[in-house]
Amino acid sequence: MQRRRLLLQIGFAAVLLSLLALLINNLAVNLIRTGLGVSFSWLQRPAGFALAEHVLPYSPSDSYAWALAVGWFNSLKVILAGLVLSTLLGVGAGAARSSGNRLLRNLAGAYVALIRQVPLLLQLLFWYFVAFLGLPNTPAAGLIHFSNQGIRLLGLPLSVEFCSVLTGLTVFTGASIAEIVRGGINSVPRGQWEAYRSLGLADGLGLRRIVLPQALPAILPALTSQYLNLAKNSTLAIAVGYADLYAVSDTTITQTGRAIEGFLLLLLSFLLLNLLISGGMAAFNGAVLGRLRSSR
Amino acid sequence: MNRSLPCILIGALAGLTGVLSGCASLGDEGGSRLDLVKQRGELLCGVSGKIPGFSFLSPDGRYEGLDVDICRAMAAAFVGDSEKVQYRPLTAPERFTALRSGEIDLLSRNTTHTLSRDAVGGNGLSFAPVVFHDGQGLMVPADSGVNSLADLSGKAICVGSGTTTEQNLNDAFQSRDLPYKPIKYQDLNQVVGGYLQGRCAAMTSDRSQLAAARSGFADPQKHVILGDRISKEPLAPAVVGGDQRMSDAMSWVIYALIEAEERGITKANLTEMVEKAKADPSQAALRRFLGVDGGLGSKLDLPDDFVVQVIQATGNYGEIYARHLGPGSAVEIPRGANRLAENGGLMIAPPFT
Repeated sequence: MQRRRLLLQIGFAAVLLSLLALLINNLAVNLIRTGLGVSFSWLQRPAGFALAEHVLPYSPSDSYAWALAVGWFNSLKVILAGLVLSTLLGVGAGAARSSGNRLLRNLAGAYVALIRQVPLLLQLLFWYFVAFLGLPNTPAAGLIHFSNQGIRLLGLPLSVEFCSVLTGLTVFTGASIAEIVRGGINSVPRGQWEAYRSLGLADGLGLRRIVLPQALPAILPALTSQYLNLAKNSTLAIAVGYADLYAVSDTTITQTGRAIEGFLLLLLSFLLLNLLISGGMAAFNGAVLGRLRSSR
Repeated sequence: MNRSLPCILIGALAGLTGVLSGCASLGDEGGSRLDLVKQRGELLCGVSGKIPGFSFLSPDGRYEGLDVDICRAMAAAFVGDSEKVQYRPLTAPERFTALRSGEIDLLSRNTTHTLSRDAVGGNGLSFAPVVFHDGQGLMVPADSGVNSLADLSGKAICVGSGTTTEQNLNDAFQSRDLPYKPIKYQDLNQVVGGYLQGRCAAMTSDRSQLAAARSGFADPQKHVILGDRISKEPLAPAVVGGDQRMSDAMSWVIYALIEAEERGITKANLTEMVEKAKADPSQAALRRFLGVDGGLGSKLDLPDDFVVQVIQATGNYGEIYARHLGPGSAVEIPRGANRLAENGGLMIAPPFT
């Protein structure tokens, strides 16, 4: 029995390795066939295209490498903002679904049901072409201003493209997070609710101080995968004209003809981004579990 | 249960391995794509599928347009039947990969012939002669008061990504020291959407595409195409580089379309011309062109009468142009630079000798 298991594992590893070798071989063979070597020298050449928005200083005479970095930070900007907002929205909606208030519960239920059935790309196109570009066309002024040329929140100028991607990602991911939060809350024994109520705590306070902390271990692993989904889904930004990493790579690949290198860089960039997110979440998860254990 | 799971996994992986091993194809080393097309009896042709006048779905669900007729002419010459074409609608960023990976035999998708796309150090394609001389322009709302590039300084401009359009836009504005904001979409439909919704002061694309897009607007006369032509865009079909037989065959099918117009050979009078050539030995040039003698076709590995097959299928270049872009068509574009050289245009074919 033991031996049989070992054999199976060796077989599995061998098949996995040969699959990997085959993929690399395919790449090498096809590179030879098409006469393309792998080269990254083009990264130093001037990009020659403008970007509508950038967190870092950028001009078309900067290098492709810098253009890609600027795109990466644009992605990061929308992803980080999306993580925060979708968490707030998701926790709110998830808590509302376990609320005693019937209107709140049904509203949150309708939100989750509606958003989960519609593809994200369609939602992004809706937010952009219908919601944001449907705003009146007036020049930006004042502290708070909405127009289809740009949004101003407390003096902070935001492009309509950024706002569309952010809204789309937040609303879409928020619905999934709401379900995860609801599941987490349901996993806390009813006795805990009765306990804090018998202590005279209000529902809001009890939820925050008693129920959610105990629900966290059930929520966090699933939440991490939603965060990673949000980061990956941000590549749909190109559909609504936001200059994210994928949009910049797309232009770079067409202009240089370096598709394989371009996609490799794209892969590595997202790997880095997602490792950061899942690393951060793993640390948080560890801290929560540690605290829970020490408090018992 | 515990035992069967790893077996299933290994089985699945082994299956995947088998599939993937088919993806490395060194097989047809030295062979020409032309042989593959003939053997298959069908041409895989990459088109856009979204540009009225060039390649667009007609109401009966068939592709139509100048680019599509080029595919049909190639199929007529290569496999003797213009209907034996499988169209693959491709986006701009997909098209070269599709060609490279062998998903299509030939690209006929309003593609600009440029150095980087031609050179081995770039995309390494082989281009056919130009089938449409285009140029990039800008379209603005008629009541916007914008008359030239300078009026667009600092404004947002809607542009499609993954094309030379983006680079030309930058070259034009940067060289004039004008700031601008490109709002970049992946798809022409989205560019049109952004422009019509008022996100951008102007949209840019090849002038032919602007005219095609405008033909679908609710109020076409409320939009004007600026006089500034910011690039030259010679649009040409292409095949993978380093395959001389394929690229020669492709080039001379295009030349045949042009030469036929020069000689006044049309779909209607083709039979008459062939009979005239057969009957009259003194018509040496005509006899060579129509494959009665001279064996020009077989030098290209095509049937000697490939020109007849082509004209029978699509008519000459002028007929193709008139059908899709001429007066009375949905997308009317004045022939301009696309007239024959003898009429002051740029279209000319080298001798069929």
